Amino acid sequence: MGILDRFLRTARFSGGVHPDDHKRPAADAPLRVMPPPARLYVPLVQHIGSPARAIVAVGDHVRKGQRIGEPQGAVSAAIHAPTSGRVNAIGDIVAPHPSGLPVRGITIASDGRDEWCELETCDDPFALDPAEIGRRVARAGVVGLGGAAFPSAVKISGGLGARVDLLIINASECEPFLSCDDRLMRDRAAESVDGIAIMLHATGAREARIGIEDNKPEAIAAMRAAVAGHARIRVEVIPTRYPMGSEKHLILVLTGREVPAEGRPSDIGVVVHNVGTAVAVRNAVRFGRPLVSRMVTVNGACVRQPGNVEVPIGTLAGEVLAFCGGLRAEHGGPARLLLGGPMTGMQVPTLEVPVIKGTGGILVLDAAEVGEGEGDGSPCIRCGDCMRACPVGLLPLEIAARVRAGEVDAAARFGLADCIACGCCAYVCPSRIPLVQYFHHAKGELAARARGTQRNETIRTLTRAKAERVEREEREKAEALARRAAASLAAAAAAKQPAAVAEKAVEDASEEAGVCA
Amino acid sequence: MLAAILSLTILGAVLGTVLGFANRFFQVEGNPLVEEIEALMPGSNCGQCGFPGCAGAAAAIAAGQASPTCCPPGGRSLAVTIAQRLGVSVELGGAEDPGPLVADIDESICIGCTRCIRACPTDAILGGPKQIHNVMRDSCSGCAQCIDQCPTEAMVMQPLPVTLQQWFWPKPALRA
Ligand code: SF4
Ligand code: SF4
Ligand code: SF4
Ligand code: SF4
Repeated sequence: MGILDRFLRTARFSGGVHPDDHKRPAADAPLRVMPPPARLYVPLVQHIGSPARAIVAVGDHVRKGQRIGEPQGAVSAAIHAPTSGRVNAIGDIVAPHPSGLPVRGITIASDGRDEWCELETCDDPFALDPAEIGRRVARAGVVGLGGAAFPSAVKISGGLGARVDLLIINASECEPFLSCDDRLMRDRAAESVDGIAIMLHATGAREARIGIEDNKPEAIAAMRAAVAGHARIRVEVIPTRYPMGSEKHLILVLTGREVPAEGRPSDIGVVVHNVGTAVAVRNAVRFGRPLVSRMVTVNGACVRQPGNVEVPIGTLAGEVLAFCGGLRAEHGGPARLLLGGPMTGMQVPTLEVPVIKGTGGILVLDAAEVGEGEGDGSPCIRCGDCMRACPVGLLPLEIAARVRAGEVDAAARFGLADCIACGCCAYVCPSRIPLVQYFHHAKGELAARARGTQRNETIRTLTRAKAERVEREEREKAEALARRAAASLAAAAAAKQPAAVAEKAVEDASEEAGVCA
Repeated sequence: MLAAILSLTILGAVLGTVLGFANRFFQVEGNPLVEEIEALMPGSNCGQCGFPGCAGAAAAIAAGQASPTCCPPGGRSLAVTIAQRLGVSVELGGAEDPGPLVADIDESICIGCTRCIRACPTDAILGGPKQIHNVMRDSCSGCAQCIDQCPTEAMVMQPLPVTLQQWFWPKPALRA
């Protein structure tokens, strides 16, 4: 690639930052595979969409790869047993989430045999119908492994409704500290490329481009060697800049085309998948293996043996750390626990939470890495750094000021919805204002309001329905009453009976009406 | 006796018809703003706002005598919707707002009397005579009309539990 080309690519998106990437030495440590621990905690929702429904009972014996959660609704993903063993409990487990709230999940006690269930293999995936590949991927519960955890099947075979010409493989891994994609490409390049070829076949795209940032020379070399025999798959080296891995930015850099605001990549004929997802798709289609483990980067100054580990889904983060030699107490000990990267990851209160399909990293940072201290607590000095860093071209200081004043609608008018929560603004802010937290809060507030409005509407409809029903019932009752009164009158007249009987009937009827009214 | 019943029935029917037509033909044009606000209200006429029903509250809000936040069942989202309609800003309670309250039945003391069902304006309570009743949280407006109906005090109002899907980051605390 020429210097000019490189310059043009860098110039394609404005903003972004160059954080210290902290990827090595973890990225250079050999890949380790962690055996299943004694107990696995498998949440029933590990993806975007509706939770799966448990289809096993407490006490059941399950085998590795057996489906234990059935997807519910249009956007959902199946959940499988990560090892063989016994279902110990079905109930609340602590979610890998900053709130520390519970999530429904299945606890499995491993039997130590790690026995696979029957798997449906396929020798020639390229002979399969694309729709069949989509079905197999869905059956395997594959979700995007880049972090968003969107069920992959929808994006693989025609679910987008638009024609796809270009498949982009996101292997940029721009987030500091993380190196699981890097390691995957170095160690499993051939498998990744096979997965990409299967995706290419399933999506019907003409070509695939693998975008890798230029700070991963080993991965680039490995992938270049692996794509040698594939005419339609290319490796593209892209400059290292955060947030290169953001879908829209990656597309812009690789194609020069812009995804319309509020649009999806499929609107311009592009679909983006993470490189880890490609391997999961390969395992699902070739070997029928569901997604029951994933690569996780364990990193941070407080980890004794940082590196990349293949971890069974449902393993507690604390156990993964123990597998990596445990924690160091030097440098003042752990200052922050994170799942995912430091820019977009989730700060969690405890490490007693399970690794799920979307967990790319477990980070234990010390105070120096967190960078607390200088500048903390100062007000905004209106330096404009955040504005220059924002890759979307927003005015973070203005949005945050509105949110602080409680005016989320005003914040929305400043483009809050376009914020990708990349954290560039907060990263450069000299006053260390937690800008992203303001944006998360405001987005949550807007969503809560929308839910409230929805709720009020439902309740209005129900109130009206009940009022109408009560009115109708009363009318019917009154009519019945009148009919009965008339009937007894007629009877009284016919039998020439004393009026007392009719009177009695009317009394009875009105008594009833009184009770019901 | 018969004559009395008949004459009263006929009188009632005639007068009812006359009143019905009068209502049609002499209808007073309501204040459209009040009607618009009333259409946004939950409509359960529970009186928690301190006004006689939602119509009263809507009139008071339109006249500027009440705040858009006065309706507890409508909550923050209703307050914001009304404020936007009126073009005013509202002071919403901060993070300490517990959110909407909904009814909950203690199943161990519910005797299945069905009184709460009759009181509920949204049919949010499920159950039959002599069966344990249950509240469907999504349908409960939070009007609290069922609470006093219960002879065994099995009903209480409780905040909706926050789920993972609904949780969001609190606003960062202001620093000195
Ligand atoms: S977090 Fe949002 S506002 Fe801040 S830099 Fe990223 S996109 Fe811009
Ligand atoms: S970077 Fe921080 S201090 Fe500078 S303008 Fe933005 S919010 Fe204010
Ligand atoms: S509190 Fe709300 S629902 Fe209840 S009467 Fe007043 S306006 Fe209507
Ligand atoms: S369940 Fe009770 S509080 Fe809820 S809407 Fe019905 S009567 Fe009102």
